[in-house]
Amino acid sequence: MIEDPCERCEEMMQPYLDGTLSDAEVLEAERHLEGCTWCAKRYRFEERLRHYVRVAVTEPMSAELKAKLAALRTPLA
Amino acid sequence: MSESTPTAAESRRLAQEARARVRFEEEALELSDQVYRVARRLVGSREEAEDLVQQTYERAFRSWRQFTPGTNLRAWLLRILTNLNIDRGRRVQRTPQTTTLDGELGDYFLYNKLESATAEQNPDEERVLERLSQDSIVDALADVPHDFRDVLVLVDIGEFSYADAAQILDIPIGTVMSRLHRGRRILKSNLAEKAVPT
Repeated sequence: MIEDPCERCEEMMQPYLDGTLSDAEVLEAERHLEGCTWCAKRYRFEERLRHYVRVAVTEPMSAELKAKLAALRTPLA
Repeated sequence: MSESTPTAAESRRLAQEARARVRFEEEALELSDQVYRVARRLVGSREEAEDLVQQTYERAFRSWRQFTPGTNLRAWLLRILTNLNIDRGRRVQRTPQTTTLDGELGDYFLYNKLESATAEQNPDEERVLERLSQDSIVDALADVPHDFRDVLVLVDIGEFSYADAAQILDIPIGTVMSRLHRGRRILKSNLAEKAVPT
């Protein structure tokens, strides 16, 4: 059975972005992406999404907590 | 220029240890922003996250001798933190319910859904991404069941390797990978639901 190349590309997206594909698979995915703007767009979206999520859920630590942690240090003799 | 007396040797050893301890504490404190970032998303509230981080540093500074210099300090701190989190009984939870959704939804699902809800013809991916608000992302992540979220937060938010995440959570690396995979799909399905309610 011949698999739909875009479906195959979709399956490779997560491991591709995680850097866990074999060299041969990376080549296969990139060859497809060069000719397929539909998949290429979805790969770019996924990559941006990961970054976007990381930034969106990052909340700075309060200055109070920072000071409390610093106060836990062993006093210098 | 003589042989050291036992006392001199001893005091040199103590001085050395004191220096090592100061260095350890400094290095641990430099990582506190990263530790907090992960903690904040492992638990439900800011207060809980702050308590947990503080307890983590108290314990880390008490047991600093157990840390092997040259190994990953950030992972060591997170291991303490997740253990404390378990001790607090926060993770008493059923096996995460299997949603009927994932498995059927491919990895392009979120993009397809967002794009179809965009008025523009053929929008670029940045425009599509903008449909997700910061609040909806925070909520969508909080709604991912614990076991999946722990892995997702460590790997995708904390940027830990699979191997580090496996060690921190004390689970096999294969489990890290399968939970990460499921967790990402659940997150994306939550995001789609929030951005484009069905």
